[in-house]
Amino acid sequence: MNKVVKNADEAVKDIPNGATLMLGGFGLCGIPENGIAALIRKGVTGLTCISNNAGVDDFGIGLMLKTRQVKRMISSYVGENAEFERQLLSGELEVELIPQGTLAERVRAGGAGIPAFFTPTGYGTEVAEGKETREIGGKMYVLEKWLKADFALVKAWKGDTMGNLIYKGTARNFNPMMATAGKIVIAEVEELVEPGELDPNQIHTPGIYVSRIFKGENYEKRIEQRTVTKS
Amino acid sequence: MPLDKFSIAKRIAKELRDGYYVNLGIGIPTLVANYIPEGMDVVLQSENGLLGMGPFPVESEVDADLINAGKQTVTMLKGASLFSSADSFAMIRGSHVDLTVLGAMEIAENGDIANWKIPGKMVKGMGGAMDLVAATENIIVAMMQTNPKGESKLLPACTLPLTGKACITRVCTDLGFYEIKDGAFHLIEIAPDVMVEEVKAKTLGKLVISDNLKVMEL
Repeated sequence: MNKVVKNADEAVKDIPNGATLMLGGFGLCGIPENGIAALIRKGVTGLTCISNNAGVDDFGIGLMLKTRQVKRMISSYVGENAEFERQLLSGELEVELIPQGTLAERVRAGGAGIPAFFTPTGYGTEVAEGKETREIGGKMYVLEKWLKADFALVKAWKGDTMGNLIYKGTARNFNPMMATAGKIVIAEVEELVEPGELDPNQIHTPGIYVSRIFKGENYEKRIEQRTVTKS
Repeated sequence: MPLDKFSIAKRIAKELRDGYYVNLGIGIPTLVANYIPEGMDVVLQSENGLLGMGPFPVESEVDADLINAGKQTVTMLKGASLFSSADSFAMIRGSHVDLTVLGAMEIAENGDIANWKIPGKMVKGMGGAMDLVAATENIIVAMMQTNPKGESKLLPACTLPLTGKACITRVCTDLGFYEIKDGAFHLIEIAPDVMVEEVKAKTLGKLVISDNLKVMEL
């Protein structure tokens, strides 16, 4: 059960134009940096990207917007990216904005075989327009459907060759759910180890979900808002 | 004098109770963390997957893998825990968070809130705000009474796309603390040295001055 591929280029080599992708990360924290760089080198276009955010102008998914590889974004918050806003207002880019918790749950549902669920989020707002609503126990809920993708690109801290993953800090965010909701799941890790080296008690994503794994290189881990206190 | 943003945060901090799990939004709400009373046990939830959020790090502690919902570098306190975004919003939608403080662009006299979109102008997205207002019972909105153009943000009805319907019951602005009930803003506390006339002039929605109106203590 060895899922190791040589590098990011090999991991993404069969992603076709027009594919639907999930990309883990919150802001620039826990994003698949190596996978994004490989997608840009490959030049694949017409992508639908499901990701909580859209990066910044010169990092993360923002880099793929600059090269016009993204046709459609499905996100909850896209406020840090001037090029994104320009493409959106000019109609070059389609965007679907989804409440963050609904996005997380739709992805989770996609991976867990739950085709739809009722949530209170967004009832009475434009998010609920055209969707089925129902009263349950005196409160109104909106029916939301699962989300799935052709490929999911996730980033973990450590992984083994069988695809078991451990995340670090708040770099976990959307990665565990996305790792369950792609037909092909590509994991990049900072440390790649042999089976048995990770404590099974600590595994966040069991290897069953992961199709390919590789050791990423040269992580920049850019910080959006570097805030410090003087000691 | 109307309150500054720090004093608004200070007033809202008086609503904290021992043992609360609290979610603080971006902007003025974040400042509430600076005024948690000494000795009170309050755990801060950051919706990107952290309970037990601590202060900003010193330079040597900065960790790119540890940020808050505003994408700022933070630290973890003893007893902190980390989890996925799905777990985080399970806590929020499942009403496990005791208090949410968030900002707003408009509040209506029926408790509607708008804070995520200005059509044709600003398209940043709602982030976690719609989930927070849809499920949390205990929400306080922290904001200025008027927008930068001087127009009231307490309205008969929201003009911007809604974040949530009839879900806000308490608002603290630079002029006062309001309860929303029976289709009106009930002014229960007024900022020190602010005249009721100023509140009236800057409230477009239905305003009721409480019989027990108090001057805000800070």
